[in-house]
Amino acid sequence: MNSETFEPVRQELGKEVDAGLSTIEKTVLSDYKYGFITDIEADEAPKGLNEGTVRFISSKKNEPEWMLEWRLKAFRQWQKMNGHEPKWANLKFPPIDYQDIKYYSAPKQKIKANSLDEVDPELRKTFEKLGISLNEQKRLTGVAVDAVIDSISIGTSFKEQLSELGIIFCSISEAIREHPELIKKYLSTVVPPTDNYFAALNAAVFSDGSFCYIPKGVRCPMELSTYFRINAENTGQFERTLIIAEEGSYVSYLEGCTAPMRDENQLHAAVVELIAMEDAEIKYSTVQNWYPGDKNGLGGIYNFVTKRGICAGNRSKISWTQVETGSAITWKYPSVILKGDYSTGEFYSVAVTNNYQQADTGTKMLHIGKHTKSRIVSKGISAGHSNNSYRGLVHVNRQAENARNYSQCDSLLLGDKCGAHTFPYIEVKNASAVVEHEATTSKIGEDQIFYCNQRGINTETAVALIINGFAREVMNQLPMEFAVEAQKLLAISLEGSVG
Amino acid sequence: MLKIHDLQAGIEGRKILRGIDLEIKPGEVHAIMGPNGSGKSTLASVLAGKKDYEVISGTVSFLGKDLLELSPEARAGEGLFLAFQYPVEIPGLSTTIFMKTAVNEVRKYRGQEPLDAVAFLKMMREKMALMNIEQSLLSRSLNEGFSGGEKKRNEIFQMAMLEPRLAILDETDSGLDIDAIRIVSNGVNKIRNKNNSVLVVTHYQRLLDYIVPDFVHVLYNGRIVKSGTKELAFELEERGYDFIKNDQPLEQGA
Repeated sequence: MNSETFEPVRQELGKEVDAGLSTIEKTVLSDYKYGFITDIEADEAPKGLNEGTVRFISSKKNEPEWMLEWRLKAFRQWQKMNGHEPKWANLKFPPIDYQDIKYYSAPKQKIKANSLDEVDPELRKTFEKLGISLNEQKRLTGVAVDAVIDSISIGTSFKEQLSELGIIFCSISEAIREHPELIKKYLSTVVPPTDNYFAALNAAVFSDGSFCYIPKGVRCPMELSTYFRINAENTGQFERTLIIAEEGSYVSYLEGCTAPMRDENQLHAAVVELIAMEDAEIKYSTVQNWYPGDKNGLGGIYNFVTKRGICAGNRSKISWTQVETGSAITWKYPSVILKGDYSTGEFYSVAVTNNYQQADTGTKMLHIGKHTKSRIVSKGISAGHSNNSYRGLVHVNRQAENARNYSQCDSLLLGDKCGAHTFPYIEVKNASAVVEHEATTSKIGEDQIFYCNQRGINTETAVALIINGFAREVMNQLPMEFAVEAQKLLAISLEGSVG
Repeated sequence: MLKIHDLQAGIEGRKILRGIDLEIKPGEVHAIMGPNGSGKSTLASVLAGKKDYEVISGTVSFLGKDLLELSPEARAGEGLFLAFQYPVEIPGLSTTIFMKTAVNEVRKYRGQEPLDAVAFLKMMREKMALMNIEQSLLSRSLNEGFSGGEKKRNEIFQMAMLEPRLAILDETDSGLDIDAIRIVSNGVNKIRNKNNSVLVVTHYQRLLDYIVPDFVHVLYNGRIVKSGTKELAFELEERGYDFIKNDQPLEQGA
C-alpha cells in the first residue's frame, strides 16, 4: 500500500482523532469551564436605559454627531416597541427588566493599546484561560483576533499584515471614527433598527464589535476571529459586527463567545450584518458557549441575536456555520437574502441543549435573484429537561426563477424529558422552484452504547462519539482550530446526560 | 483462560441458560452449536456483559478475574472481544475514528500510552493488509449501508486491531455466502496463536470447515448436552439437531 492512498485517512485523523476524542479527560468533562470572573476595574454606565445612557455610550466611544443621532433614532424606535418583544418563539422566560441592566462596561485601561503587548496583563490572563492566548494564536495559527470583553475591543492582532492587502479589520468603534464613509454606506442596510425589538435595542446601545472590509479581488489569507466575553456583573453585551466583501473577494470569519458563571441572567443582543458583492464569498463560523445556567436552570445568558447577510451581487455566496452549546436561551436565525442571480446561501447548525436550556434557532433563506441556491443542515441535540426548536423559512419570490433549496433537520434526543421541535415554513411564489425538506428524529440507542462499550469505550466517550458523528456534516464545515474546540464542547455540554 | 461454572441467566424474568459449564484454555478453539432458541446468543451476550441479561447464578472467571463483576468496557480491556451477529450502525462515525478511540481506551485500561496518529496508522495499515480490507470501507460511517459481508469483515478487522485474548464470534456466518465465509474465516485464522482463544457460536457446521475447532459443544435448552471434537459437528450436520433433542430427558421443573 503506498502512502498516497492513505492521505485521506491522514487528513481525517488530523481533523478528528487528534481532537482528542479518545482522551476526553474527566477534568475536561466537568462543569462550565469558562465560568471564572476576572477582577478588572471597570468603567461603567449606571443601570438603566434612557436617552442619557445612549449619549453616555456614544460619548465614551468618541463618536461623531451623526452616529449619536442614528443611535437616538434607534432608541426612540425601541421605546415605541417597548413591551413588544417577539413572542412567537418556542421559549419561556420571565419578563426582562431593561432598567436593571448595565449597558456599558469597559475594563479600565488608560489608553487603547497600540499592540497586543500593551494590553493589561489581567486581561491577557483572561484570554489565556480561555485558551486563546493572543500571542500563541498569532504565532501558530495565523488567525487574526479581535477580542471584545464586556463592551470594548481590546486589541486587534495582525493588523499590519492585513492592511498591506487593503483589508480593514478593526473594532466597529474604530471604524466609525476612521472609516465613516463605509459605516454610513453599509451600517444597518441589512438589519435596520426597525427590524425587530432586539435589533432596535442593539442599535441604540451597541458598545463594540468587529468591522471587516475586504477590498475587490482580495482573498483574505487568514481566518479573522473575534472572541466575545461578558465579564462584569449585571451587564448586557450588545455587539455589532459588519463585514463587507467587495467584488471577487473572500473571507472566513470566526466568532467565539464565553461568559462567567453568575446566578442572574445576563442579556446578549448582538447584530451581525454581512454584505457580499459580485463573486464574493463570506464564510461566517460561530462557536457559541455563553454560560448556560446551572443544572437547575439558574442563571445563564439570554442570547437574542439577529444575524443576516445579503448576497448583493451575482454569484456571491454566504455560508453560516454555528455550533450553539451555551446560553440559557438562544433566539437566533442567521439568514441570507439571495438577491444576486446565481447566488448561494448556506446554513449549517449544531444546537445542543441540556438541563433547562432552551433554543429556538434556525435560518431564513430569501430567494429573490434567479437561479439562487440555498442549503440548510440543522442538527439539534437535546438532553436533560431542555427544549430545542428548529425554525426555518424558505421563501421564493415571484421573480426568483429556478430557485433551489435543500433542507435537512435532524434531531437527536438523549433521555425522555427533553423536547425537539421542527417548524419549517416554506413560501414558494414561483413554480420553477425546487424545495426539498427532510427531517428525522432519533435517540441514542442502548445497542449503540453497548457496541462501543464492548470495544472498550466507556459510555461517556461513546456518547461523545455518537453525537460527534451525528453532527459531523456540520463540524466538517468549521475551520480546523474551531472544529477541535467544538467537538470538545459538545462532549462537555452533554456531560452526565446519559447512563 | 475462561472458566464457566453452572452459569444460569435470563432476560425479562425468563430463564434461558440453565447451568453452563465450560472451560477454554489458551490457544484453543471451541465451537458452540445448537438449534435456534437454545441460548447460544444469550451466552455470548452474557459473557460480553449486555445489560438486558440477568445472571441468576454461577461464576465466570476470565484470566483469573471474576468476569461478571466487570463492566463491559473493562471486559474488553481485559481482552474479551465479541464479534456481533448484528453489528450496530453509527451514522457519521468512521470505523477509523471508532477504532482509534477503542484501541486507545483499551491501552489506557492496560496502563499503556495512547498511540499517536502516526503509530495508529501504521498499525491500521498492517491489519488492513492482513485482513484484506480496503480503506474506503473504513472511512465510511460505521456499518451504515454496509452489506452483510462488509459488516462481518469489519467486525473481524476490529478484532485484529484489538488483539483480544478471547474472541467470541456470534453467528458470524449468518447471512454470508460461501465466499464471504471463507474471507472472514481466513481473517480469524490469521490471528490465531497459542496465547489467544476463540469461541465460535454457530448454527451450521459449514463455518467449522474453515475455522477448525478443537472442541464442539452442543447447546440445547440452556445446557451443554454433548461435547466432542470436530467430528461431532459433522454428525450434527448429517443427522440434524433432532437426534440431540430426542436424546434429552423431559425438561424438569421449567
